Amino acid sequence: MNELASQRPTKPVAGEVILPARRWFGIRPGRPRPERPARPPARALTAVAIVILVGWLIVAIAAPLIAPYDPLAQSGPYYSAPSAAHWFGTDQLGRDILSRIVYGSRLSLPLAVAIVALALAIGGTLGLLAGYIGRWVDESLMRLTDLVFAFPPIILAMVVSAAFGPSARNAVLALVLVSWPTYARVVRSAVLSIRGSDFLHASRLLGVGPWQALRRDVLPNSVGPSVVLASLELGNAVLMLASLSFLGLGPRPPAPEWGAMIAAGATDLSKWWVSIIPGIAILTAVLAFNLLGDAVRDWLDPRSRRRG
Amino acid sequence: MTALTIEQVEVSYRARGRGSVRAVAGVDLQVAAGEVVGLVGESGCGKSSLARVAAGLTAPTAGRILIGDTPVAPVGWRRRPAALTRLQMIFQDPGGSLNPRRTIESQLLDGIPADLTGSARTERLVQLLERVGMSDDARRHYPHQFSGGQRQRLAIARALATEPEIIIADEPVTALDASAQAQVVSLLLSLVRELDVGLLFISHDLALVHEIADRTAVMYLGKIVEQAPTRALMAAPRHPYTRALVEAIPQISAHPNLPNVLRGEVPDPAQVPSGCRFRPRCAHARAICLTEPQLREVPGGLVSCHRVEEIAAENGVTELSVAKRSVTESSVTGEIAMEASE
Repeated sequence: MNELASQRPTKPVAGEVILPARRWFGIRPGRPRPERPARPPARALTAVAIVILVGWLIVAIAAPLIAPYDPLAQSGPYYSAPSAAHWFGTDQLGRDILSRIVYGSRLSLPLAVAIVALALAIGGTLGLLAGYIGRWVDESLMRLTDLVFAFPPIILAMVVSAAFGPSARNAVLALVLVSWPTYARVVRSAVLSIRGSDFLHASRLLGVGPWQALRRDVLPNSVGPSVVLASLELGNAVLMLASLSFLGLGPRPPAPEWGAMIAAGATDLSKWWVSIIPGIAILTAVLAFNLLGDAVRDWLDPRSRRRG
Repeated sequence: MTALTIEQVEVSYRARGRGSVRAVAGVDLQVAAGEVVGLVGESGCGKSSLARVAAGLTAPTAGRILIGDTPVAPVGWRRRPAALTRLQMIFQDPGGSLNPRRTIESQLLDGIPADLTGSARTERLVQLLERVGMSDDARRHYPHQFSGGQRQRLAIARALATEPEIIIADEPVTALDASAQAQVVSLLLSLVRELDVGLLFISHDLALVHEIADRTAVMYLGKIVEQAPTRALMAAPRHPYTRALVEAIPQISAHPNLPNVLRGEVPDPAQVPSGCRFRPRCAHARAICLTEPQLREVPGGLVSCHRVEEIAAENGVTELSVAKRSVTESSVTGEIAMEASE
């Protein structure tokens, strides 16, 4: 203690303890802590998410009206930087990136949503049954998930989509196949904690049937985590789909798939717009889905709903 | 009329590495309609295991349970038959016994018999809420919007929805503060008296049980060691264990002294002592206690002790004076007493 005190460069004023941070950064005592900027209220964030998603929806529906060029045809010199003629520049084949992004929203977003929705539906249902029924159902389903987990997901997805033949549909099925076990696990563990709960016991004692109790007592209390997981996985789905496309196993070139576009630009980052622009497109969509996932989780939980 | 009959019930758990644990080792207990039976014992004595088995949440390893004349089948993959919904349970944690994601209305309606339809259901719902002293608009709210005591009352309302004949209350007030305890206890008592419901009241709080129970059973390591009308049990405990529990209740008197605390710990239920299971902690243990005593009738109750008569003679028949106190007061002090003895 004395040793430490002697190493101090300045002597402490009597009665004042000088913390290292205060000494090094010159923070004087007595100054009020700077106001932290308030986090925007959850409702505002949800509104932002909805605006973004509705925006993408309109873009996807009205793609021919919005896109200035044909997304598949050469419309200018290759690798031209963003300009008045090509707002987001052109890619390695001289195709207009804005047009490809706009048309790509018709492809990437529905596919990503389909992957996550199917995986959540299948994995969620199986996890629910595994946790609720238990015994051999649980045992066999969980060994099945172990089997899938044993493979690196992208390898397994490649094997499956290669076996079925490359197409957007098969890529989706392959990615559902590799992603459902995560949902099954998450839902199962939530169900296990509900299965021993007093309110489930109370329901059953009142004469509520086992399946009705599953629907009313178990399901609403165990979907929260998996809904949030699903919203996070949407971004992953876009990227996995991109990887498959890149390997020629997803939507085939020249289809304007966002992930494939990033991959095309990743070889030469001096032409930053080629991959950054679709990256931003993915970012906005994923961010919006995440915010929406949080909102859905809150909406499912009456404890966080506004009172009144 | 006997509302609940527990016959020779045993509950064993297989514990990893410790062999099988007999949490309940052969218990007989009856609860009549309109009667409050208190079941007391230290933590880990098998009270809650017995409650869960009696309610049918788990199957007993041996023995059987009857509601009226209907044998209780454990909750399984079928809807409970109406006859068995005559038994309801109230749980210790009022936060966990109501589904946080459903309104009170939806949860109470679950129990209202299906032959009530339309507006009769709503009427019954309002009636139930009124019965437990909750306002009508409580039904539109979610459990988190209520306090612990209110939630426990709502749980009671839900239990009443099926018009039960027997309610098993497993430590229903342990998680509540003193004033909420008093409310819930007096509510439970009024139900018993007015609706002629049988109540099996499980608690570690002997003083509280003293206030409300008509009959009290004392459980030790999975067995009932003494059962008698509450007044007699408190005034003249026969079993040394009961006596220790009663003496551990702090008294307000002119000659202040600390409560007598029972020495030792409750043994591991996986290694129950041979012979009388209370023997290692008993001041009166003799050679005869190496054989297991049976629950036998003595004047005024049932006791499982070889030496009841001798101990009574040694002590003279000392009547312990347990002052009559109000429910709130004793429930607070009593809890401390039991904790001290645990």
